[in-house]
Amino acid sequence: MADIKLTIDKQEISVPEGTTILKAAEKLGIKIPTLCYHEDLCISGSCRMCVVEIEGMRTLQASCAYPVAAGMVVHTNTTKVRNARTNILQLMLSEHYGDCYTCKKNMNCELQTLAGQYGIDVFKFGRPEKKVEKCTCGCDEHSEDNRHFGDCDAPIQFDRDKCILCERCVRSCTQFQDIGVLGKEGRSNETKITSFDDLPFDEVNCINCGQCANRCPTGALTERDDTDAVWKAIEDPKKHVVIQTAPAPRAGIGECFGLEPGNPLTFQMNTAIRNMGFDKVFDTNFTADLTIIEEGTELIIRLYKALVEKDATAKLPQFTSCSPGWIKYIEHFYPDMLDHLSSAKSPQQMFGAVIKTYYAKKFDIDPANIVSVALMPCTAKKFECDRPEMRDSGFKDVDYGLTTRELAKMIKEQGMDLPKLPKSDFDDPFGSATGSGVIFAATGGVMEAAIRTVYELVTGDKIESLFDKANIIAVRGFEGVKYAELPITKVGPVPEIVAHLVPNWDWLKGATLKVAIAHGTANAKKILEDIKAGGKFSECHFIEFMACPGGCLGGGGQPIPTSPEIRRKRAKAIYDEDMAYNVRKSHENPAVLELYTKFLTEGPCGHKSHELLHTSYTPRGKYIK
Amino acid sequence: MIESNYVSELTFAGVDSKAGFEKAKQSGSKGIIDEITASGLRGCGGAGFPTGLKLTFMTKEQADPKYVICNADEGEPGTFKDREILTNHPEVVFTGMAIAGNAISAQKGIFYIRAEYEYMKKHLEEAIAKCKEFTGFDIEIRSGAGAYVCGEETALIESLEGKRGEPRNRPPFPIQNGYLGKPSEVNNVETFAWMTTIMTKGAKWFKDAGTEQSPGYKIFSISGDCNRPGVYEFPMGTTINEMLKAVDGMGAKAVQMGGASGQTVPASQFDRKIAFEDAPPGGSIMVFGPKRNMLDVAENFLEFFVEESCGQCTPCRKGNVQLLEAVRKMKAGKCCGADCECLDKLYSLAETMRLASKCGLGQTSSNAFVAITEHFADEIKCGGKK
Repeated sequence: MADIKLTIDKQEISVPEGTTILKAAEKLGIKIPTLCYHEDLCISGSCRMCVVEIEGMRTLQASCAYPVAAGMVVHTNTTKVRNARTNILQLMLSEHYGDCYTCKKNMNCELQTLAGQYGIDVFKFGRPEKKVEKCTCGCDEHSEDNRHFGDCDAPIQFDRDKCILCERCVRSCTQFQDIGVLGKEGRSNETKITSFDDLPFDEVNCINCGQCANRCPTGALTERDDTDAVWKAIEDPKKHVVIQTAPAPRAGIGECFGLEPGNPLTFQMNTAIRNMGFDKVFDTNFTADLTIIEEGTELIIRLYKALVEKDATAKLPQFTSCSPGWIKYIEHFYPDMLDHLSSAKSPQQMFGAVIKTYYAKKFDIDPANIVSVALMPCTAKKFECDRPEMRDSGFKDVDYGLTTRELAKMIKEQGMDLPKLPKSDFDDPFGSATGSGVIFAATGGVMEAAIRTVYELVTGDKIESLFDKANIIAVRGFEGVKYAELPITKVGPVPEIVAHLVPNWDWLKGATLKVAIAHGTANAKKILEDIKAGGKFSECHFIEFMACPGGCLGGGGQPIPTSPEIRRKRAKAIYDEDMAYNVRKSHENPAVLELYTKFLTEGPCGHKSHELLHTSYTPRGKYIK
Repeated sequence: MIESNYVSELTFAGVDSKAGFEKAKQSGSKGIIDEITASGLRGCGGAGFPTGLKLTFMTKEQADPKYVICNADEGEPGTFKDREILTNHPEVVFTGMAIAGNAISAQKGIFYIRAEYEYMKKHLEEAIAKCKEFTGFDIEIRSGAGAYVCGEETALIESLEGKRGEPRNRPPFPIQNGYLGKPSEVNNVETFAWMTTIMTKGAKWFKDAGTEQSPGYKIFSISGDCNRPGVYEFPMGTTINEMLKAVDGMGAKAVQMGGASGQTVPASQFDRKIAFEDAPPGGSIMVFGPKRNMLDVAENFLEFFVEESCGQCTPCRKGNVQLLEAVRKMKAGKCCGADCECLDKLYSLAETMRLASKCGLGQTSSNAFVAITEHFADEIKCGGKK
């Protein structure tokens, strides 16, 4: 497209046709204030903070929405513009219950920041009274200071009094994730963001992905805070409190301490967690590797049943099952496709089950006294660990799911500056992890880990013979839907770990393994619809789905803000960390292999595995009774 | 003695729609657009955009299909001229849509009617069928759901698409990206009626009336403190005084031009001409007699806007609420008067609403407030500080 020449604040610039004034100004280093605008979302142009003056035009224009035109002369900071922005901010403050001290988003609130930048020193148009919204769960606790929309225990919490109607949440839910739980109701001053019929989040088909909360500029949408309960457990001398930490939070948590995205603090975080009083800190990567063995084995069984035994009940493609947002999505929107899901639990839940059985026994700890915490980049993990079926250890397998943001808050409460802490390692017996576990945090990571393992198990060759340094670039990156093929030109002997499952690999010789990857439920929907229509994805063998954009590193529990650029930096940190591991393949993880020799003695997908590491799903449908 | 429902003689009564369409058909696309452009016809919905120019833009859009949309969401308070046209001369309107369709190569017309006019549906469908006999042009009636903002063309299109009636960002304009993303020619009821009329009577006949910048005639719904309220046709450039004489509303202290979102003109300016370059016409005129409390008027208008703002953009959603609260304070004597700071603050807010709102609703809803508090400052009850 042709370049357009225009003038912004007396500086000339040339930008491609279709560029907005906001983006053109950014190129000149001029930062126009925005609120409803978000890199990830379609343009709304509703808050009007970003208005600018264009010579020859009667009214100011929203720079986020207005495309440049040849010869246009733009002024981004005139008295007219400043007055408008100040008044607009004041109007927002007149509808925002701004009790900053008691707000979860204090110091991380875009409205607060703008009010500071524009020197707001009085409430020119007043400020709202505290409204009390009756809590639908019927509790008394959440009436005055802690007002809730919907169930007090729902993973996503909505405080409507803080909402300024920027609609980022609606666009996150409806356009970005293509779910459509959030919408608007009423008009004018009575407009409100709401679910269908104003029902609580746990009574609509919300998947708890938290993408709304991740983009909310104020404290209106947040996650349920479980930190108090965790502190209480830590202080209880009878309790043995362990935490597993997923790979994505360590790539992001530095952002909560002022670091640029992409600076992982894995080992500083271990120190912080110990200082806080946790008894043990484990690496979720251990069960990520375990997931690869279980899910990979399941795939082999499925392939064998479908291709050799012609068993119609073995549904292909097999879908991954690590992302709890994705699980709830398919349960709601494609309940007739649940047969495709791997029955393997997510790494979080596998770990929970192993801690309260294998670990408890090994160290002679009463599992009733173990409090199992999971640090996750995810708000849906809170829902997942509360699922009634997740009690295979005889106890609640995982007691609390903390988001990256919650842990950062706890670290600050402990008075620690995370980046400055010394490094320390994970605890045994789950200490050792592999690079394959780490890349679970990025879209395509589960697939890459699975390919590394399955290819080596089947062919007996090193994956490096096919992909330089075992980096399978074809499944990486942020393209919404990815597709790759892996020809199996030779087969080797069946390794011992799966020897009980198949007699030989001959049936796979000459086959081409077809895989696909989708991140974000909008992309998941594209693949699922294609499969329904019998398209190219119906011929896949294995498909990875993650509910969040970019995979877990873009999870709803990750630091705020998020953007494609921030997620790219987090991804780079993840892949760098993978490269730093000596062992980069799940089936070479010694701790995992030990688990199979000492505990899950029937091998992957054996009886005990099924009991502890696998689960079943609930067809929920679109309508909740 | 108030004579209600008065209707002056409308040119449309004598228009032979069939002849107008046949003439248009013979002229072809270019001929129609040349004729409309030569007439100087400007959009009758309020903004006054040159109709010929809009048609020209539409012909340049390479897309299929294109739509001709008639905006019959006549929701501006005090406006009922489209109702009169649709009741008595619907074929002139539907023929105008067919003429526009021929000019821009559109195969389909959509007639968007406000929910309150649905009682006319059968009558309109009959007229559409009758016109189709000679135009062959397909028109579908679609109904709004009662939101004033859907008279704004992009909100109207959103509503047509089954979405919440909220204005879009512009550009792109409907002529580029309208109904279902296709180029759409959206015009007011009266504009289409004049198109048929101009094709029948010729551009010159139209151009000869009115002023240089506002040629031709215009239909007005006139209401309020006058003895002969009703629907009138005046040539553009008629002065407010002349108009008041016609409706027997002499002695008025102000008139409201173009509905609640229009301009409030005080008696001292009654020699102004009703024309786009002077007192913009819109579709209605409200007369306020000497006994009328102008703050009541401002309150009434603002109550309307607080009710009808779509709630999307901040200045309109919250600004109207602030102005309404202020007027109520002024009425109650709780405001400190015309020359105090609070009025400065409100004028600054009104300016923000005018400059920074997303659509015409928020950009104009403070007009009456500003004009009334300026021209009728003596009616503000002073709280003391003055």
